[in-house]
Amino acid sequence: MSKIKAENVNVYYGSKQALFDVSIDIAEKEVTALIGPSGCGKSTFLRCLNRMNDVIEICRVEGSIKMDNLELNSRKLDVVRLRENVGMVFQKPNPFPKTIYENVAYGPTIHGIAQSKEEMDQIVETSLKKAALWNEVKDRLDEIGTGLSGGQQQRLCIARAISVSPEVILMDEPCSALDPIATAQIEELIDDLKKEVTIVIVTHSMSQAARVSQKTGFFHLGKLIEFGPTDKIFKNPDNQQTQDYITGRFG
Amino acid sequence: MNLILVTFIILLAFTSYYFGRKKALVIQSSQRLTALPKFYGYYLAAWCAAPALIIFALWSVFEPSIVKTFILQDYTDQNLTKNELQLIYTKVKALAAGTYTGNITNFLDESANKYIQLKGIANSAKVAIILAILIFSLSFAYRSVQKNDRMREPVEIFLKWVLFVASLGAVLVTIGIVFSLLFEAIRFFQAVKIFDFIFGTHWYPAKTFVRDGQPDPELMKDAFGAVPLFAGTFFIAFIAMCVAIPIGLLSGIYLSEYAGRGVRKYAKPIIEILAGIPTVVYGFFAALTVGPFVKEIGNAMGLEVSAESALAAGAVMGVMIIPFISSLSDDVMTAVPQNLRDGSYAMGATKSETVKKVIFPAALPGIVGSILLAVSRAVGETMIVVMASGLAANLTMNPLESTSTITAQIVVILIGDQQFGDPKTQSAFALGISLFIVTLFLNVIALSVVKKYREKYE
Repeated sequence: MSKIKAENVNVYYGSKQALFDVSIDIAEKEVTALIGPSGCGKSTFLRCLNRMNDVIEICRVEGSIKMDNLELNSRKLDVVRLRENVGMVFQKPNPFPKTIYENVAYGPTIHGIAQSKEEMDQIVETSLKKAALWNEVKDRLDEIGTGLSGGQQQRLCIARAISVSPEVILMDEPCSALDPIATAQIEELIDDLKKEVTIVIVTHSMSQAARVSQKTGFFHLGKLIEFGPTDKIFKNPDNQQTQDYITGRFG
Repeated sequence: MNLILVTFIILLAFTSYYFGRKKALVIQSSQRLTALPKFYGYYLAAWCAAPALIIFALWSVFEPSIVKTFILQDYTDQNLTKNELQLIYTKVKALAAGTYTGNITNFLDESANKYIQLKGIANSAKVAIILAILIFSLSFAYRSVQKNDRMREPVEIFLKWVLFVASLGAVLVTIGIVFSLLFEAIRFFQAVKIFDFIFGTHWYPAKTFVRDGQPDPELMKDAFGAVPLFAGTFFIAFIAMCVAIPIGLLSGIYLSEYAGRGVRKYAKPIIEILAGIPTVVYGFFAALTVGPFVKEIGNAMGLEVSAESALAAGAVMGVMIIPFISSLSDDVMTAVPQNLRDGSYAMGATKSETVKKVIFPAALPGIVGSILLAVSRAVGETMIVVMASGLAANLTMNPLESTSTITAQIVVILIGDQQFGDPKTQSAFALGISLFIVTLFLNVIALSVVKKYREKYE
């Protein structure tokens, strides 16, 4: 079932066009990977899905992006509500300079989700457990989040993202700053999370895309070249450019 | 003469730089250089200038006192006091320079001739010695260059010493200032009890003025109580911070988080211009515009307002301090990494939530630092208070009355003719050192606060 449906999305940074007529269907409770060489527009597309491009003054988005029939690329959209539903994990772990507890409680607090301290404790515990971090930090929830290791910080960011029970989580190269063991932990986590949420992940690592995703889209120079089941993209792509990229001939 | 000598040394140093570099290129044709050619130049130039200039400086420091000793030798049998000897020496110098107008005795005339003679000898000796040193050190350095010794290390060591001497100079000057304050203050506290100074509530130094004689100790006791001044200083600084902190912080937040690029580009320099206005201008703005305005409004409300009120001075001082807080807090908040902002926005936080919960706490050490800097600026500000808040040291907490501050009183004490041994004059030093201690204390607190928060947030 389709969760997000993008049609003819064009994105401009000032006068420079970064995305050309991208149309894509993202299925519910699946992992969709976006791959492609640096600067191909995959992160730009990802940031359209939770309107993070609003932060960039010169950025302009055209086209239609519908999530459950709600038009995302509309002036009338309540961005705060959207971002509550669409969480994001960034390339570099970016926990707030607050305690581990406060980091996870951040979203529930600003959206007024928890009614009592007990409820908040419960949300924090569940989120940390889902992010596979609970056992490592349960005795030091009042320590500063930035004091954790890189992999732990990234899992803390994932816990922060899932604390408000989003329907979609966007991941922008979540493992590029992590070592192989931390990467494996995050990938395992993604596999668990997809039972409940839709995940869109941008990655540089083709093996990672192959491991974690069910659908893969290949971007090149701002265009979506090919989109389909991951197996097909990696074993038997239709497009020659995709074939070249997958086999490492460019990019 | 001295100017010519110094110019000559410096020119010679430049010449030896080019000579050394050229020599290095010659050496290069036959053997491998130990350093870049410019190091050969630096080496020669340093050996040329440094010893000669050091000797020159030492000579200039010691020559006058040596000449003085020689001249005054002739007067040792006359049993004169130190001050009288000093007077004679001044006369001799004036006579030698041809600017003396009093009676010329034979004895003085003789001394003046001797002075001129000694000066001549000293000058020729100086030139001779410096030339000798130049020749000696240059030939020594040139020999090392010829032998193609290692050039880089000596030059680096030399540079290290130059830097060391510069920092030593800065430190020594600071220590000197503190000690001169301290010694004068100690002399003041011999006349006035330190207890009376710190806890006395009445500041009226003019009372102690007695023509030709010692003032009455009873009067002294009640004239130098610094409490009104400390109270006034902190009171006015408090009013200033009440104006500056909210406006400065809010405009800093606007500039760093809300303002578009276009607005920021123009608004920030304009706010910073406030910091460039001379304080005298603020002073007469406070005295001629704000003061009467406050008085009028107060009178209209049926309040009794002095034309020179603490409120006017404090408010204008606050305006002066706004750019310190707004510009610095803007800088520290802009420096908060963009990925923290992104993280907060991506959670669905609004701009104000992001500022309040993420940016502001992360920037807090810098903001606290900027506020404490502003406080010490407010405590040290003089001109606005002198012009707008009057000079009478009232002990009051009423912002509509006039009050005075430590700095303003120092100005009052030291303008006009002053007798140096007078406790009134010396009280300026006591005030100065107490102000210094207060601001030092503030800075120490500032640093420790900043450090504490930094540990928490990094």
